[in-house]
Amino acid sequence: MSDNFIEIRDLSFTYGQRMVLKGINLTAHRGQVIAIMGNSGCGKTTLLRLMGGALKPSSGNLLVDGIDMGLLDQDGLYQLRRRMGMLFQFGALFTDMSVFENVAFQLREHTDLPEEMIRDLVFMKLNAVGLRGAHDLMPSELSGGMARRVALARSIALDPMLILYDEPFAGLDPISLGVTGNLIRRLTDTLGMTSIVVTHDVQESLKMVDYVYFVSEGVIEAQGTPAEIKASHLPYVHQFVHGEENGPVPFHYPASSYAEDLGLPA
Amino acid sequence: MMDTLLESVRGIGRRTVDRVWRMGVAAHFFLLVLLHSGTSFRRFHLIVREIFTAGVLSLIIILVSGLFVGMVLGLQGYETLQTYGSEEALGVLVSLSLVRELGPVVAALLFASRAGSAITAEIGLMKATEQIAAMEMMAVDPIARVIAPRFWGAVISMPLLAALFSAMGVLGGYLVGVVLIGVDEGSFWSQMQAAVDFKEDILNGVIKSVVFGIAVTIIALFEGYDAPPTAEGVSRATTRTVVTSSLAILGLDFVLTAFMFRGV
Repeated sequence: MSDNFIEIRDLSFTYGQRMVLKGINLTAHRGQVIAIMGNSGCGKTTLLRLMGGALKPSSGNLLVDGIDMGLLDQDGLYQLRRRMGMLFQFGALFTDMSVFENVAFQLREHTDLPEEMIRDLVFMKLNAVGLRGAHDLMPSELSGGMARRVALARSIALDPMLILYDEPFAGLDPISLGVTGNLIRRLTDTLGMTSIVVTHDVQESLKMVDYVYFVSEGVIEAQGTPAEIKASHLPYVHQFVHGEENGPVPFHYPASSYAEDLGLPA
Repeated sequence: MMDTLLESVRGIGRRTVDRVWRMGVAAHFFLLVLLHSGTSFRRFHLIVREIFTAGVLSLIIILVSGLFVGMVLGLQGYETLQTYGSEEALGVLVSLSLVRELGPVVAALLFASRAGSAITAEIGLMKATEQIAAMEMMAVDPIARVIAPRFWGAVISMPLLAALFSAMGVLGGYLVGVVLIGVDEGSFWSQMQAAVDFKEDILNGVIKSVVFGIAVTIIALFEGYDAPPTAEGVSRATTRTVVTSSLAILGLDFVLTAFMFRGV
């Protein structure tokens, strides 16, 4: 068995006329936490959706555990997805079910386990994210950070090999941010899975990831370990890591000349 | 001049093609729902839950409206019938108008605005908050788990609600005609019994309400499933559900009536 859990080779993706991703190469080993960073609209969420099989690559190969995602039919995809978890940006908990039922959902759908065993498993997963006491609350009664943790418990219900995180840190307070970051690291290590984190939260993710890919306008602009990224002198990475207003990503949206718009003589 | 003319003709063509295309997508959606119905029947508790949300929670509006419609029928019917001296036929008038037409049609219209709009909004919001996408990522088909149970829950509820609507209407007609105005009770009921035919009237009414139930529910589910995942998209889809299903109910009613009651 190869050590590469995810392998992307020369992947391109076109949406209508627009080329969203161009010639992406990416590798994720088992047990690694990989961050995909970039500014909004750079194509990083598209890349995540491709890994989850929600989109098909226009060209190139995307292998998950040695299986080519581009060649899978619906049944094959659903088979593979049972070994995958995904954490959506705002949790995407089922609002008509309690916390307990949310975590139990996949166990009920995909297994014939007896009720006591489902109960034990759900409590174990909820305990791992520190929310065993919240099992009978409804999603509307949870704070943003708690909802994210319940969703994390739900995504590990079937002990997946891979978890995809779409902006797990968006809109969280500093405490929840740290808690979520630590949880992603700890769960990846204890369950021996692979985690792909799409984020633009540089400081939090550089603390816990193994490797970083920077995406800009559909291509991988830079990659490296957190230490390499912090020391990088590439203008784009420097601007991103230090949050500078101007750089390769300009402050101004492309426009005609300012003087012309104000009606001033040139 | 020529250009604007051409552009408007193109616009009409584009809109027509869009509508036809959407109808095709809706038909495909309907087929998928039917194909995935087996799973929901094996787990009947999912359907029972939807019968509760679509059917039981619509009871109040259906029962109260039925009572009032029946009372109005009693009043208006008496006014007209007494000019011909045949006020004993009030029971026939009330019951036939209800079982043949008003029961299925008005109950379906109320159902579309009460349960149909709720279904569209719920599915649209599930989509907007990525719950549908989450379900797909968990290898659970949302058509089988979310859509099909709602479809059958609503389709089973609709004829029952229409029957209750008619029953309440007959009661309303009785209250106004017999209790309030004083039409002879014996002839009110016996003429009704003699005139209402089980197959011709009641069964046809039930068939109508089943057809309306299917139409309303599939429109509501499709609009929700197809809604753009934004606040505006969901609100527009909800409005479209009520408008489209009301038109569908009235149009289908004409077609069904033409087949069922050709002055026989």
